[in-house]
Amino acid sequence: MADLKVNFAGIESPNPYWLASGPPTNTYVQVAKAFDLGWGGAVWKTVGEPILNVFSRYGSIDLGSQRMVGFNNIELISDRPIEDNLREIAEVKKKYPKHAVITSLMVETNQKAWHDMVLRAQDTGTDGFELNFGCPHGMSERGMGAAVGQDPGYACDIVGWVKQVAKIPVIVKLTPNITDIRLVARAAKKGGADAVSLINTINSIVGVDLDTFTPLPNVGGKSSHGGYCGPAVKPIALNMLSETASDPEVQIPISGIGGISNWRDAAEFISLGAGSLQVCTAAMHYGFRIIDDLCDGLSNWMDEKGYKNIEEIRGRAVSKVTKWENLDLNYHLVANIDQDLCIRCELCWAACEDGAHQAIRRLPREFGGPVVEIIDEACVGCNLCSQVCPVQGCITMQQLPVGEKPVTWKEYNAGKGTLAPRGDAVHTATWAPHK
Amino acid sequence: MPQNNPVAFSAPQGPLLPEPHVMDPLPMTQLEENFADIAPPLNRDAALLESTKCLYCHDAPCMIACPTHIDVPSFIKKINTGNLRGSARVILDANPMGHSCARACPVDVLCEGACVLNDRDEEPIKIALLQRYATDYAIEKSLRLFEPGAATGKKVAIIGAGPAGLSCAQDLRRMGHAVTIFDAHPVPGGLNTYGIAEYKMRPPIALAEAKMVIDLGAEIKSGVTVGRDVAFEDLHKEYDAVLVAVGLSGTRKLGIPGEELPGVIDALAFIEHLKTHPYDETPVGRNVVVVGAGNTAIDAVTQAKRLGANAATIVYRRGEEEMPAYEYEFQLAKKDGCAFRFFTVPKRVIGTDRVTGLECVRSQMGPPGADGKPTLVEVPNSTHVVECDMLMRATGQGRNGDFLKSAGITIQSGSVVSTLPNVFVAGDCLSGGAEIVNAAADGKAAAAAINLALGGQPVMSQRDRMIRA
Repeated sequence: MADLKVNFAGIESPNPYWLASGPPTNTYVQVAKAFDLGWGGAVWKTVGEPILNVFSRYGSIDLGSQRMVGFNNIELISDRPIEDNLREIAEVKKKYPKHAVITSLMVETNQKAWHDMVLRAQDTGTDGFELNFGCPHGMSERGMGAAVGQDPGYACDIVGWVKQVAKIPVIVKLTPNITDIRLVARAAKKGGADAVSLINTINSIVGVDLDTFTPLPNVGGKSSHGGYCGPAVKPIALNMLSETASDPEVQIPISGIGGISNWRDAAEFISLGAGSLQVCTAAMHYGFRIIDDLCDGLSNWMDEKGYKNIEEIRGRAVSKVTKWENLDLNYHLVANIDQDLCIRCELCWAACEDGAHQAIRRLPREFGGPVVEIIDEACVGCNLCSQVCPVQGCITMQQLPVGEKPVTWKEYNAGKGTLAPRGDAVHTATWAPHK
Repeated sequence: MPQNNPVAFSAPQGPLLPEPHVMDPLPMTQLEENFADIAPPLNRDAALLESTKCLYCHDAPCMIACPTHIDVPSFIKKINTGNLRGSARVILDANPMGHSCARACPVDVLCEGACVLNDRDEEPIKIALLQRYATDYAIEKSLRLFEPGAATGKKVAIIGAGPAGLSCAQDLRRMGHAVTIFDAHPVPGGLNTYGIAEYKMRPPIALAEAKMVIDLGAEIKSGVTVGRDVAFEDLHKEYDAVLVAVGLSGTRKLGIPGEELPGVIDALAFIEHLKTHPYDETPVGRNVVVVGAGNTAIDAVTQAKRLGANAATIVYRRGEEEMPAYEYEFQLAKKDGCAFRFFTVPKRVIGTDRVTGLECVRSQMGPPGADGKPTLVEVPNSTHVVECDMLMRATGQGRNGDFLKSAGITIQSGSVVSTLPNVFVAGDCLSGGAEIVNAAADGKAAAAAINLALGGQPVMSQRDRMIRA
């Protein structure tokens, strides 16, 4: 059985799954229950001077009847007194000494405030700090959260202040609301950070009520931009993770966050360099019980593949992300339809005809045979048909032997290598405007 | 002439069933339960989930399978986006009887049977229930989905306010032709009102659907029998075109001795009585036998059982495989506890002052006949009596030949165009008896043909325009 234990920047955890800082980690009761159910760690909801929340604070988008594929919030940091939070953190750590208990912090931007907070929080026995430089709503208006995370100079300074007094690992949580996340990651490292975590939530307006024209969430007829998260943000998080993991100037542990909902997401984050994983929305949607399959699925997959521990997977995909100019122009694909599996929905035809390269031919249903077939000479191997096909394995992309060695755009543009012959653009669209 | 009476529902007059009750009716609360909606509507969440499952096929097989070619993926997509008005319009544009079809269509052999999910070894999309969901909304909100066309000055008489006549009327009104519908019954709807099993659809629903059509400005003359109250020739002269959509004539007789005994009735008369009276006023026997195994026979036998008959039995001369009733209907009857006696040929109705039994012989399949189909051979010495105190005929109806003959109309098989100039035919009197959806398709085809005959421009449906694009 695979070993799921991780040591993240010196913080031990029985498995890589931590509850991210947020509503699920607001109290002793929640975190203790999560640990009992199998979570490896928890990043306590950000501790700072208690705030006042508005009542209505979450919004979400559905896809058909699938609810909450994207989620946003305008909730602020903890609304509980600092001493209550710190007391409960200490109690949790005492009761669960082998679990990772990380304390998220956010205070105003001055050295003394940070020193005071770090020293107080350190007394709880917490395993590490996560500096919240990411929240894009509310707190940023007061010069905290994303306001400092968007300024590499501030970020570096604050990390430096924290490191002056911290005796435990310091993680900096980065905001994605920035042009190049690597700049702040580098600044964090320069300030002395032991690790970074990413991504925090994305600036968003999640929808508009068409009866009242009030954006969501509706707070008495008004709304405010919130932080976007949930399954829909995973690709953005994976890209920022990849950029940070491959940046030679960063090279410190990264805790992956952003839409992780199942063990597959988790394995993908690990493969792109994450050393621990943080989950919030999925737990808010389905409860802490999801930890069972997060661990079980990951462990079974690792056993099946022969991976013994997380380190064996971590970062395996990092080097496979490259610039477009390094991709092989002689890697030719063509779609192939397994007619025995085809259920004749013609979705591939509609997609290719209107949305791609008109490389699928329709055959009359009356013939009783196949209703679609690939026009090989027109197919550019774009994958669209295989993506819209509702039958697993029915449309597959197959590599065509081209008889030439790989050649990248960079090489080809420099006069090196040979481009394999490509079919002339074949246009088979049959539509003609009627009079 | 009777006044327009499109909505108010009243029971038809006349002694439909001069039958005494042979047993006490069940309590009304029990009867209400027995005749409750057999396929309850989807709620909003269920409709959203079901519509999400639809793949939105291109040139969808469900659409092709529907005789009226409702653009099923399109109306389902609109349910999914919360555009119920648009969804109902897609349905009722293609099929003005889209609501009754949602309740009474044999969908497992039409749209749902064609759903591609069957090929993925899954349950098909619940198209009928989604169609009902959208059209329920239109009916509940009394939506006005269509507008009459600019008046053309042409006027059309439609004989029969059943599904074919109403479907034709909707399209003709949208094209701008004046329409007058003549119907023998007190209220419109034809078999939708008077002949659908009560647990599938109740008369007020059929009337609401008819009202949507009539509200486009069709004149309706209910309670008028063409050929008795008004001469067909007069209509032919007075109107620019006439549509004959008179349905079928009465049930064929069994042609055996004793058929005239009290307690022997037509299944359709029984169903019509049930649908036009409080449930406890329709007499039912303790032991009911229905002769025939078509869908009407099923409607009769199941409803007899639901009225309280101790036993309700189908007697059919051929075997289960040749039974005309749909598989769904067969299963429904079995679930209701009805019995089936296959290979049983009625010979004589037994009784002195009332039916007490049906004398039958057994039959079996013999060698192929001239048409290649196996002949039916009676088994010697197999005479036996099936006891009953109520016997119903459900052995098919004639094509209303008397009406057509007296009007001088000859039907050209499969064509809505008759041999008489500017006279068109649609519905069961053309097909010999089919589903509501076939009647609606006929009615629409007739409207298109009438429009062309009257010099109108061809009208393209939304779907036609989409296909052209």
